[in-house]
Amino acid sequence: MLNNKTDVLIIGAGGAGLVAALNAKAQGVNVKVITKEYPTRSQTCMAQGGINAALGNVGEDSIEAHIANTLKSAHGIANEEAINLLCSEAPSAVEWLDSIGVCFSRTKESKIAQRMLGGASAPRACYAQDYTGLKILHTLYDRCLAEEIEILSERFLLEIQTESESVQGVSVLNIRTGEIELYSTSSVIIATGGYSRIYDKYSTNSTASTGDGIMVAMDAGARISDMEFVQFHPTALKNSAILISESARGAGGYLLNSKGERFTNELAPRDEVSRAINNEIAKGEEIFLDIRHLGEEFIDEELPQERKLAKLYENVDPVYDLIPIKPVAHYTMGGIEVDKDSQTCIKGLFAAGECANHRVHGANRLGGNSLLELIVFGKQAGESAAKYAKEITDINLIKKTSALENIEYFTNEIDFYQVREDLGELFYKDVGISRDANSLEAALKEVDGFLNNITKMGVEDKSKIYNTNLIEFLEFKNSLSLSRLILLSAISRKESRGAHHRSDFENEDENYASHTIIDKNGVVS
Amino acid sequence: MKISIQRESIVKYEVEDGDKTLLSVLNEIKKTQDSSLTYASGCRSGVCGSCSMRVNGKEVLACSYKVKNKDHIEPLKNVPVIRDLVVDMDKAYGFNKTAKAWQTEISNGVLLSPENEKINELQSDCILCGSCYSACPVYSVNAEFLGPFSLTRVWKYVSDKRENEEKEKIDTIQTNGVWDCTLCNECTIVCPQEISSKSDIEKLRSKSAMAGYSDPNFASSFGGGFGFDGSPSF
Repeated sequence: MLNNKTDVLIIGAGGAGLVAALNAKAQGVNVKVITKEYPTRSQTCMAQGGINAALGNVGEDSIEAHIANTLKSAHGIANEEAINLLCSEAPSAVEWLDSIGVCFSRTKESKIAQRMLGGASAPRACYAQDYTGLKILHTLYDRCLAEEIEILSERFLLEIQTESESVQGVSVLNIRTGEIELYSTSSVIIATGGYSRIYDKYSTNSTASTGDGIMVAMDAGARISDMEFVQFHPTALKNSAILISESARGAGGYLLNSKGERFTNELAPRDEVSRAINNEIAKGEEIFLDIRHLGEEFIDEELPQERKLAKLYENVDPVYDLIPIKPVAHYTMGGIEVDKDSQTCIKGLFAAGECANHRVHGANRLGGNSLLELIVFGKQAGESAAKYAKEITDINLIKKTSALENIEYFTNEIDFYQVREDLGELFYKDVGISRDANSLEAALKEVDGFLNNITKMGVEDKSKIYNTNLIEFLEFKNSLSLSRLILLSAISRKESRGAHHRSDFENEDENYASHTIIDKNGVVS
Repeated sequence: MKISIQRESIVKYEVEDGDKTLLSVLNEIKKTQDSSLTYASGCRSGVCGSCSMRVNGKEVLACSYKVKNKDHIEPLKNVPVIRDLVVDMDKAYGFNKTAKAWQTEISNGVLLSPENEKINELQSDCILCGSCYSACPVYSVNAEFLGPFSLTRVWKYVSDKRENEEKEKIDTIQTNGVWDCTLCNECTIVCPQEISSKSDIEKLRSKSAMAGYSDPNFASSFGGGFGFDGSPSF
């Protein structure tokens, strides 16, 4: 077992992880980044629409309006102070991205181009065609190379070790060698992304979005919150669940049913649009996105990726054809509870990005605010962790781990790939856009059944070298554990709010205008 | 239909017919036939660069390639295979560092017009899938050649108005860099993002010539030189 010692250890090399690394490094501490993939392969590269900042480059806008839109979409359960910070830091976040070389689209006046997304009162999303996340992520990576930040690829987080509720280190599985590695560190930043892949093929996300960091942080004693709030993106391709950006509707795209009729305000926040689509589907309608009237030139200039994806995965050309769509899980508002410094209740354990709950999205995230949170809270987490690490004069080297010890005894009588698929179906049907007590209780029973059988699942492939059968099982195990927490949270919230829609409690209820918090023992409060 | 996969030895699989991506077929094999089949994947929509491999000798993204009967699947070339279709990309990624493929300094208040932005719009679509290194005949014989994606990345920064140390960028790519390329265009043919590293290298040669460098292969015999469009002038 290897053992190393760092000041700030970052788990995850997506936008939040790399921004945290750059900002921690700038404080003069020793930084290391560990990712289960490579640093440019994370979920961030899939963000298409843009990053919000009230620059007012193409229409009047203000930070106050950005705050008001974000608050409204959060449906009463957000931290106003955190939203103020997010929105007021947004212009400098975009300015910083511009200063390190992100290739944003530009206006004729040589300003960063901005466009409309749902729930926004002004064209506020700064974009780079529909490759915004890709271009931001790659530029961050290049910047990390320039700053000589060490990034270790293909290592899977197993556990965070603590002593007296302070971080001591982490153990990870080196996917390439199959060896467990120990890293002693003064502080850890979790930046591992969300848990939308619980919905399996009903998710726009990368197969890596399995909520690993959230589960591991909780095992280490951190609290998590608002897990029942899962955002369904209105427009994923019908067959493949691949994302078609909201910017297609922002530019004037329509949603049509089988009769060719529009049935909703396409630019309402995502929770409303997804529900409207879901209601139409329940009536037997098929739903289409229509951007034909935007014209080939516009589509190729502003939405080139959308055209490519629709052609490849749906066999339609959006310039001439309607695009068949369905809403699928896209972003998870819930995550690790953090304070105003991005720190969890474990000393030295920080979190940023989709895995964290900074309470800025509340019950429903606005398009364009997730890339923004990566930059604003990635920075905060990086600086806070560096500050914390500087005050730690000595740490004990961690020496051993019991993670993974039991897995080899799992009997593999039940095929977890099948269970993973079943879980996705179950969640889309019963814990989806609309839920009720019956569907949630039934789902909980099923999930408890899966959990009881976990030792009868396991891996067939016994190879040490690059065992994806094992990694996928570990990811599934994390997802399955989280799915129980989503259910407990969803059952306890007997109201409808934002993305959490209960058909048995159709209205918002003042008594539930608070966060759902879960501790290590699974107690919901 | 039948496909074959180069693992430790060639293994044949029978899979259901249909209009399917190679990635979905690999997933199907892993779930139902052989859980030890090893490959990398992520976004399944052509933007993360994880699932590059070769089909019938040509580099593709598994998530973007539609499978046909008798397809033969192999890992990328010119890179160590870790297991089955998974390769170790660390060395190729490392060339971005050797080539200093980043903006030298943080810029301040530089305004870019749409024309300025268009110069490297395509180059900034690169997903680092590594297909170009697999296809590159120069890299296959010179393991220190900086290679297609890192040189495209250097062009991306050199051509950007925000870069103010152009000379230093050009200096860095003279050895095992722009002059080693044979302009064979294989990288362009295989790029899933339709980037042409070959033409980026030609543009970098032009910049190099303007910075006083000349093609070490030509300089002595032809007198060498390049026009402003990057094409060789004899």
